Amino acid sequence: MDFLSDQSPEMLPGNRSLPPLQGAIEAPHGTTIVAASFPGGVVLAGDRRATMGNMIAQRDIEKVFPADEYSAVGIAGTAGLAVEMVKLFQLELEHFEKVEGAQLSLEGKANRLSTMIRSNLAMAMQGLAVVPLFAGYDIDRDKGRIFSYDVTGGRSEETGYAATGSGSIFARGSMKKLYREDLTQEQALTLVVQALYDAADDDSATGGPDVARRIYPIVTVITDEGFRRLTDQESSEIARSILERRLEQPDGPRAALL
Amino acid sequence: MSTPFYVSPQQAMADRAEYARKGIARGRSLVVLQYADGIVFVGENPSRALHKFSEIYDRIGFAAAGKYNEYENLRIGGVRYADLRGYTYDRDDVTARGLANVYAQTLGTIFSSAAEKPYEVELVVAEVGSEPEGDQIYRLPHDGSIVDEHGSVAVGGNSEQISSFLDQRHRDGMTLAEALKLAVQALSREPGGGEREIPAERLEVAVLDRTRPQQRKFKRIVGRQLARLLETESAASTPTDAPSDAEDSDSSGADTGSASGSTEETGK
Repeated sequence: MDFLSDQSPEMLPGNRSLPPLQGAIEAPHGTTIVAASFPGGVVLAGDRRATMGNMIAQRDIEKVFPADEYSAVGIAGTAGLAVEMVKLFQLELEHFEKVEGAQLSLEGKANRLSTMIRSNLAMAMQGLAVVPLFAGYDIDRDKGRIFSYDVTGGRSEETGYAATGSGSIFARGSMKKLYREDLTQEQALTLVVQALYDAADDDSATGGPDVARRIYPIVTVITDEGFRRLTDQESSEIARSILERRLEQPDGPRAALL
Repeated sequence: MSTPFYVSPQQAMADRAEYARKGIARGRSLVVLQYADGIVFVGENPSRALHKFSEIYDRIGFAAAGKYNEYENLRIGGVRYADLRGYTYDRDDVTARGLANVYAQTLGTIFSSAAEKPYEVELVVAEVGSEPEGDQIYRLPHDGSIVDEHGSVAVGGNSEQISSFLDQRHRDGMTLAEALKLAVQALSREPGGGEREIPAERLEVAVLDRTRPQQRKFKRIVGRQLARLLETESAASTPTDAPSDAEDSDSSGADTGSASGSTEETGK
């Protein structure tokens, strides 16, 4: 990182001069990311839509990336900047691991991401914000942990579940009612896809499962065995089973009243 | 004022080469071998923290003999080169050939600059391909030349004897256990012609395994896994029809393996 800023600073995000601003910049935005922890790990999932104003810019964008073997990052906000930020983040974690011969602690990774978001603050003020969600398996404490961020790089650890992006309000509401602490891995996977479905239901910028084009949410799980992204087959099965139930009950599962 | 003595360039270079060679010879040797599923690095290293082998990039590994601080410096330089290149372009654009060239430039420049002492290191840069034909192994001696090697290579103190031993016995398509056994045999040969035992705890072993599902193919082999591999070696060594002079070393190598294997088992 230091080496990169000495050698070719223009490669780093935030070091480019911007043209004078004329109105809001139109660039593709990624939308909803959700995460939930369960005993033994954490799941992180994202929908597939990118929007530009009221247009759908891309139907099959990928917004959840492995950061290293035991952590992953999901991005909401300006897609181009966010993808580059993740690329740099991945590079830094790998570089540290190779040079030092040991991985950064999960806390260390979360802090590093926080600094990277803060360095993007000037762009965020011009409407090009990047707000990721970071989830990982903490090998030292043997549990999955979730960190959420705001545009200024403020970092907060979430207990249980978290969401970011335009549909996050609806996703959080959905998970609030469905989340339990003793979920199994399969249940946690269903939970996050339910939450994405609810977000897509009420937020126009969030994409639901697209059965006709076979585009399903990206679902990843991190346990002590490391990062794993569900295959299209697996995630389509979860999405289809939810879809089938929603044909009878469009609002999804009901929580107890009292 | 005294006039400096005239030293011919040939003499100056020969002196520097001699100096570097002596420095490298003080270190323990290490070997790098191709096997069916990749490339294996084997060396004797009493330390578990100060590695002789390490990962540079997805498919590229690094091995060094000589002075630790000097090759560690070169290793970090290599990681930086690879990571910067991979970030700027694409992960596929980082190649062992490119890296070996950078190392050769560095070593060559320092070797021929009169102001600095030459590096007392000998490096191996290896890249595993998706097929055995795509494997590349480059050896970089202290003076900055590059040698493109095939099959097996040894660097460090007793390297000439070890590499001639390996050249005779190494063949393509060995299993990991076979390659490891051959490497341990080669390393346990004394310069005088004798043999000594290298216990498993003193072995540093790493592989570039093309069958690994992850993008990063480099992996260290330690603890139980190493003991298991050394054990399969002892079981497999019985039916092999090795040349008669290697028969002795076969059995001794097998003993080392099974002995260390069993201590590992009882230790757990």
